[in-house]
Amino acid sequence: MRFLAVLFAVLAFCAPAQAQLSIEITAPGVQRIPIAIVPFAGEGALAPGITPIVRADLERSGLFRTLEVPPLSPAPTEASQVNYAEWRSRLADAVVLGSVAARPDGRFEVRFKLFDTVKGVDLSGVAFTLSRQQIRTTAHRIADFVYEKLTGEKGVFSTRIAYVVKRGPKFELQIADADGAGEETALASFEPIISPTWSPDGRRLAYVSFENKKPVVYVHSLVDGKRQVAANFKGSNSAPAWAPDGSKLAVALSRDGGSQLYLINPDGSNVRRLTQSSGIDTEPVFSPDGQSIYFTSDRGGSPQIYRMPAGGGEAQRVTFEGSYNVSPRISANGKSLAYVSRNGGKFQVSVLDLATRQVQVLTDSDKDESPSFAPNGRMILLATVIGGRGVLSAVSADGRIKQRLSMSAGDVREPAWGPFIQ
Amino acid sequence: MRSAWIVILAAALAACSSTPDDEQAPAGVEERQPGADARPGAQTQPVTPGGVARVDIGAGAAGAAALKDPNNILSKRSIFYEFDKFDVRDEYKALIEAHARYLRDNPRAKMLIQGNTDERGSREYNVALGQRRSEGVRRMLVLLGAKDDQIEAVSLGEEKPRAQGQDESAWSQNRRSDMLYSGEY
Repeated sequence: MRFLAVLFAVLAFCAPAQAQLSIEITAPGVQRIPIAIVPFAGEGALAPGITPIVRADLERSGLFRTLEVPPLSPAPTEASQVNYAEWRSRLADAVVLGSVAARPDGRFEVRFKLFDTVKGVDLSGVAFTLSRQQIRTTAHRIADFVYEKLTGEKGVFSTRIAYVVKRGPKFELQIADADGAGEETALASFEPIISPTWSPDGRRLAYVSFENKKPVVYVHSLVDGKRQVAANFKGSNSAPAWAPDGSKLAVALSRDGGSQLYLINPDGSNVRRLTQSSGIDTEPVFSPDGQSIYFTSDRGGSPQIYRMPAGGGEAQRVTFEGSYNVSPRISANGKSLAYVSRNGGKFQVSVLDLATRQVQVLTDSDKDESPSFAPNGRMILLATVIGGRGVLSAVSADGRIKQRLSMSAGDVREPAWGPFIQ
Repeated sequence: MRSAWIVILAAALAACSSTPDDEQAPAGVEERQPGADARPGAQTQPVTPGGVARVDIGAGAAGAAALKDPNNILSKRSIFYEFDKFDVRDEYKALIEAHARYLRDNPRAKMLIQGNTDERGSREYNVALGQRRSEGVRRMLVLLGAKDDQIEAVSLGEEKPRAQGQDESAWSQNRRSDMLYSGEY
């Protein structure tokens, strides 16, 4: 048995690179900012280069249109004099210029600057020192800088996502960059894994594993692979959700009969019961201020989303349209609720504006599950089924931008978008 | 006998829909997962398949053999449900009575009931639905004489479908509770 475990660890470690998620934009935004990202002088030394990754990030966001730039001679750098009128004539509203230089210690220095050609102003830039292993990380940080300067909201190109891949009898909990690249397997099992959810600091995942022939909640440290049982009571243990300060988990436990909500510490101590209903209570999620918990309950006869104080107490119904509204998730600003609703037999991600009570169905697929907001609230990642296979897709919170993330082999499901990197 | 069954069914359903009693002491975190050990420095975390807790069956030899005898009703272990339902239909009455009798006559026998659902809807909501199914069976067995500590009711939700299709014939196979004795899971 020990041998099998070791063999499995080795196999998991050698997972082939072609399993990577690839992202395809299926509906771009309407008004995209035209931007010229000029190849950085000297970036040939850092294959595959920095600017192709920056360009792909910005394109994928659906908010930018990157312009083809013919080779310029001499190659401009961040220190070059910028002819704003010339860039305007090339229809660029913004320009990124930069350079790469080798350092004596074998590392590299990347400098770049962003220019607003419409206003004719220098929007500043950053210098990074990096090793060859940090090309992608650096490019994502440059894309985040450009995105924030031009849209006013934080970029999520440096964040990570978690998801579960099923290949044959095997389940893998994987972590990848937000663009689907650089995936790593955190957990491999022959039993299902569901409901991964990121700790607020992005260092741990809580999830449900069926490796003991029943659902058990684990907390898994990503850096060292250490796992801890958070909830393994009699009955089923599932639906973990982190409190915003990371000190507690809300979980659904059936140790007292049906599925009810409890608070526990991440090490499994200090169990407190939160709900006392006669029906099903599950899928808790904290509001960003930590004051409320949204959850799914069938206490009114059909599964609907409710809200209650985070310490327990009277719950108020939040969703009213339709007879099946489940899997609530709250945007980081606390203003939008994404969830899955059943509309004439189709399961679709909807978003509810909590102030206006306006509901919008965001997708045209029919087997949506597990919505997850990007930390800036712009996009919602979700699992759906296309052509009989599980795929991830992303839709902007206004429904305009759509992306599909697919994998060459296997079913992908249970996505969870991680927090901003500290 | 039929009226007795109705009383038990009603009692079990009523129990399902009333506030659960708190007489089950908090179970504490059970230590039964070999895969939960810390493995410092591991980049990936393999999971050992299996991980079955060691439990002493203790049932008499004749009793245990009956569980495997295809001519004995005790060899039947599955209860199927209608869509979105968790009530046990009359046709499973004899089956549940037989297992309750077995558990009563073999007080050291232990049972795991796994509730399952079809694939439609939220995975987590389906875990809760499957639990409601297995819990309903557990309560009936206890009302018919099994001891509380002989049975654990859990849910596999939609995660372990017996049939793989995406139509009613597959779904009806997957809306199911399975009664498993020690050593069978």
